[in-house]
Amino acid sequence: MTAVHSHPIDLLRLNTCGSVDDGKSTLIGRLLYDSKSLMEDQIEALERSADITGGGDINLANLTDGLRAEREQGITIDVAYRYFATPHRRFIIADTPGHVQYTRNMVTGSSTANLSIILIDARQGVIEQSRRHACIASLIRIPHLIVAINKMDLVGWSQQRFLEIKDQFEEFLPRLDIKDVKFIPVSALNGDNIVTRSIHTPWYPGPTLLGHLETVHIASDWNLDRFRFPVQWVNRPNNPTDPSLHDFRGFSGQIAGGIVRVGQKVMVLPTGFTSIVKQIWTLDGPLEEAFCPQSVTLILEHDLDISRSDVIVDTQDLPGASSDLHAKICWMNPRPLQPGRQYLLKHTTQSVKTAIVSIESRINIATLNKEFGIEELCMNDLAEIRLKTAKPLIYDGYAANRLTGSFILIEPGTNATVAAGMLLPPSEVARPEYRDFAI
Amino acid sequence: MINYHLDHLDYLETEAIHIMREVAAEFERPAILFSGGKDSICLLRLAEKAFRPSDIPMPFLNIDSGHHFPELNEFRDRRAKELGGKLIVRTVDDALEKGFAVQAAGQISRNQLQIPVLLAAIEEFRFDCCIGGARRDEEKARAKERFFSFRDGFGQWDPKNQRPEIWNLYNGRLNPGENMRVFPLSNWTEMDVWEYIKRETLEVPSIYFSHQRRCVRRLGQWVPATELAPPKPTEDVRDLIVRVRTIGDIISTGCIESPALTVDDIIAEIAAARVTERGSRADDRVSEAAMEDRKKAGYF
Repeated sequence: MTAVHSHPIDLLRLNTCGSVDDGKSTLIGRLLYDSKSLMEDQIEALERSADITGGGDINLANLTDGLRAEREQGITIDVAYRYFATPHRRFIIADTPGHVQYTRNMVTGSSTANLSIILIDARQGVIEQSRRHACIASLIRIPHLIVAINKMDLVGWSQQRFLEIKDQFEEFLPRLDIKDVKFIPVSALNGDNIVTRSIHTPWYPGPTLLGHLETVHIASDWNLDRFRFPVQWVNRPNNPTDPSLHDFRGFSGQIAGGIVRVGQKVMVLPTGFTSIVKQIWTLDGPLEEAFCPQSVTLILEHDLDISRSDVIVDTQDLPGASSDLHAKICWMNPRPLQPGRQYLLKHTTQSVKTAIVSIESRINIATLNKEFGIEELCMNDLAEIRLKTAKPLIYDGYAANRLTGSFILIEPGTNATVAAGMLLPPSEVARPEYRDFAI
Repeated sequence: MINYHLDHLDYLETEAIHIMREVAAEFERPAILFSGGKDSICLLRLAEKAFRPSDIPMPFLNIDSGHHFPELNEFRDRRAKELGGKLIVRTVDDALEKGFAVQAAGQISRNQLQIPVLLAAIEEFRFDCCIGGARRDEEKARAKERFFSFRDGFGQWDPKNQRPEIWNLYNGRLNPGENMRVFPLSNWTEMDVWEYIKRETLEVPSIYFSHQRRCVRRLGQWVPATELAPPKPTEDVRDLIVRVRTIGDIISTGCIESPALTVDDIIAEIAAARVTERGSRADDRVSEAAMEDRKKAGYF
């Protein structure tokens, strides 16, 4: 078996999106089946359910439709995660359904993805749903996109049809912010161009779907430009038996951007105290440097009052700071969003109270046009809004950094997560509260 | 020259450490569920990575079904002590005696009976969050569960009403009486767990390695022959060289015939395996929705 390997190179996270019946579950089933990632008992369970539901043929979609309600209704109700591996890479698939609550689920599934697969039914071509997928992928800033033109067997493996659909899609591309797009003609049901090359497409010179997933360059998908370290937890041993730990005071967190080195000058925001990185502590021993998204504990030269919600940054390249925020959001709750309402905003490691000031515009996700004069947002709407927070947020624009430029809104009382937000670039750079203390 | 790139284990590790620290920072009274099994062994190493040189800021909790492998409990107690952690054990036997867990007629396996004991322990210690070692690759219902899995006042999971989880922003807010289960290993596979055990040179209980054991054939698999469910004269009983791949109730945990004596052997075996890990647990075979039903009722 080649499906798992004890020394894989790296991990690629992808999500798949499609409309009902365009064969998304079948495609994932096919990837798992043909890459030999399925085990005997899973195949056996598949065969058992094929007997029950009739038909006789194995239904590959049964592999991914996990919950009882889904099997009964024949639909996928939520984001499900699948795992498979080849000798070259490990893969995590976020399988997002393509019907109601579709935008919400796709935003969720895409938020951690390197790559998105959009499925298009070759008979139907680019439909509104396909454009919505592409728009969301663009808003979430997924670095890589695969357009899998499926059911090619049903259009006689016509190269002309493939090129027509490719043209339809490319017409739309200039409006999007996606640099790497690949078109692949496939039949998920029969396995053509999924793992093995199809004999039906001699006119297609490119890689198979899996071939592309194994080789696409993802090393630069993390932000290594500007050092950002939201403090998660202050690490201060209680009554240590080891005397050398009496004065240990570390700041634990996950690097949200850039690289940090021992000896580097850093600033703590919002206070503006500056210090030098004395040590990068880990259980496996100290590091000379660390980078996004590593989890480390920083020890600084000076004894400063630092706590969760503070951010340690590079002094040369400061983030923005403001309590007046401008953001794109995806509304995820059945109760509509209205200006004036208050929520809790969670951003990096802090939660602050916020009020919705105004809805600037709604984004039509089939065209990316802005619609004005909107009074409330409904579930699955994407919009630009303005918010006011109880204290300034230290942040970057989402386009510059996914981790320091994103937030969620939580509804007080129900504690429901009601929105995902992407901040627009800050207009003001952070100004330290206490300049005089700078060292 | 450093290559600024994480391999898959580094990536899974930093994701899990981030989640553990979020729990420590955002909950009042969290606990780590520690059985001594391979997944929870990884959890404790991740807790060390997240919190050292400080003490791990939460106790370890185990719900002992009374049908545990003795090797497992011995290991559990020793490992907790080595880490200087506080281990809390609550038992199904005790719950049966006190009457807040009741055995259903004909029910021999105790997986189901762990539910009321876990919920009672949560209430007793007022835990607001339990960190568990469940992984999404184990089972289809788990594939849909969040890192932060919200439970209502009755400990129930509602799969249709889960909080969306976006980027690395986890919503841990609760009202009184509600509870969170957090699964830092959600994105790990069985192979990742063993590779991590190898990389970190972690000790695991001896039953994961090949040993001789008297087994009885039940429901298409070999399970340990024990006093708890003694073999009937008609049953096929044999002395076999076996190991366990996943550990549950001793009477329903399938033993696989295996010569694997080291972690490397196990990794090679999994790479070549043709049956998933949970294929060797009779409790999931009852129906296709067995796990979904247990989780809705408050299971781990």
